Amino acid sequence: MYTASFLQDPDLIRVLYIAAFALFIYGLHELNHPRTARRGNRIAAVGMAIAVVATLLIEEVGNYGLIAVGVAIGTAVGIPAARSVKMTAMPQMVALFNGVGGGAVALISFVEYRRTLELGLGNPALEELIPILFAAIIGSVSFWGSNIAFGKLQEVLPGRPIQLPGQLFINFGLLAVAIGCSVALAAGTESQGLFIVILVAAALLGNMFVLPIGGADMPVVISLLNAFTGLSAAAAGIALDNVALIVAGMLVGASGSILTKQMADAMNRSIANIFAGGFGGVSVTPGAGADGEQKPVRSTDAADVAIQLAYASKVVVAPGYGMAVAQAQHTVRELADELEKRGIRVDYAIHPVAGRMPGHMNVLLAEADVPYDQLKEMDEINPEFPQTDVALVIGANDVTNPAARENEGSPIYGMPILDVDKANQVIVLKRSMNTGFAGIDNPLFYNENTALLFGDAKESVAAVLAQVKEL
Amino acid sequence: MDLLTELTILVLAAFVGFEVISKVPNTLHTPLMSATNAIHGIVLLGGLLLIGEVDGFLNKLLLVIAIAFGTINIVGGFLVTDRMLEMFKRRD
Repeated sequence: MYTASFLQDPDLIRVLYIAAFALFIYGLHELNHPRTARRGNRIAAVGMAIAVVATLLIEEVGNYGLIAVGVAIGTAVGIPAARSVKMTAMPQMVALFNGVGGGAVALISFVEYRRTLELGLGNPALEELIPILFAAIIGSVSFWGSNIAFGKLQEVLPGRPIQLPGQLFINFGLLAVAIGCSVALAAGTESQGLFIVILVAAALLGNMFVLPIGGADMPVVISLLNAFTGLSAAAAGIALDNVALIVAGMLVGASGSILTKQMADAMNRSIANIFAGGFGGVSVTPGAGADGEQKPVRSTDAADVAIQLAYASKVVVAPGYGMAVAQAQHTVRELADELEKRGIRVDYAIHPVAGRMPGHMNVLLAEADVPYDQLKEMDEINPEFPQTDVALVIGANDVTNPAARENEGSPIYGMPILDVDKANQVIVLKRSMNTGFAGIDNPLFYNENTALLFGDAKESVAAVLAQVKEL
Repeated sequence: MDLLTELTILVLAAFVGFEVISKVPNTLHTPLMSATNAIHGIVLLGGLLLIGEVDGFLNKLLLVIAIAFGTINIVGGFLVTDRMLEMFKRRD
């Protein structure tokens, strides 16, 4: 018998884990304000470093050469990816990171199952086997689901919903296969083959459940996959008797669940409804009312818009994903700077689902040097619209549609919106009269206090900026 | 550790997570997601715990992949979050 050094004392390792959780939780707490958030992220990173070092100290951990290889590969991929990714591509990046996390959990569960079989001990005890199976299924679903989400966001796959006939039936079938095989294993069958069938069924399920979801629903999907990976890590923690995995996994699971709920609420749709069929897959009838006839809209030009803005005292910009697509955020910020020089107050009204993932629009605006105190959440800015002289809607449509408030027949009725129509004057920058992503007509465009400025968002804003400078 | 202790920790961690994360403003939801991605890299520990205990090429290969995945999450996740949060500035 040799005496392990005090560094390998299991109690020391547990104490280090406790320090790691405390730092994770404190770090996440510091994310509650942009002022402290950067520090919070670094605190969490220190927690992670402690957890990793503590684990490396565990007596049974060996094969450091292979560990070094894995870590080196991960670092070589992770650092350049994180350094070079564009802020517009952040949703893809997060989807991809989610995917590798889920994949890691699935692989670990599979190897742990193989290991117990190879030891000749038969199946693991149920209290280990059940979490292993749970981790394997959820991990595999989130790996493949995240990859499909990545493909859609990166436009490798079409963003529109892809539906097979009997989609729901197939999904339930795959789930039944995964659960059925799991029950067989739990009942005592020792079979690596069954485990592989479970992983494959879960993989197919991951593909099938994200494919039918349209681009506008991506914020919900990414959040849900985030929750899944977290839960799978926690399950793996139970299987491997590792508290650090349990706690960190649950923190991630909680975060993903909260975001999923908030995103679904912001679109006024139930999570079941989103996964039952893509938004774009539903044939949308135009909102009730005499929508068949051509209603008049008032179109305006850059010079007029410049005058309205320059003589306002309060302007609110409502940006949508269209602004990001047109890469207009820097020009918008220059326009805002020019207006502020004239003593005009400019704020940005950010709808929770503006962009392709939760909070995406804020990052895009922060990148364009918009100070965070100008970024107003929906509930904060809505009461201010009646005192707003000009609301400038750039590349946003459905999130400003008053039908959500007024027209019970509208498919988006009940969805919380930015009340831009309550501003004194509304200027909508639009490429054409096409309807928005959901294909729903927007009565905002026909209001008396609304004027439309047609054209590419970036060019339009640049033209307005040039006119304001001349005034 | 016995299952019930682990479940106790799991439930408490879930509630702490809900409390802390429900206070994160919408403005920071994207960095929150990438930070939680990084924390999810904790699965790296699973790979570390197992790799010394398995034999055979396939087992080792799968675990090296899992360790690489976990490392991508940790390194990439914290780094990209830092890059984003650096951009959030006050009005000067």
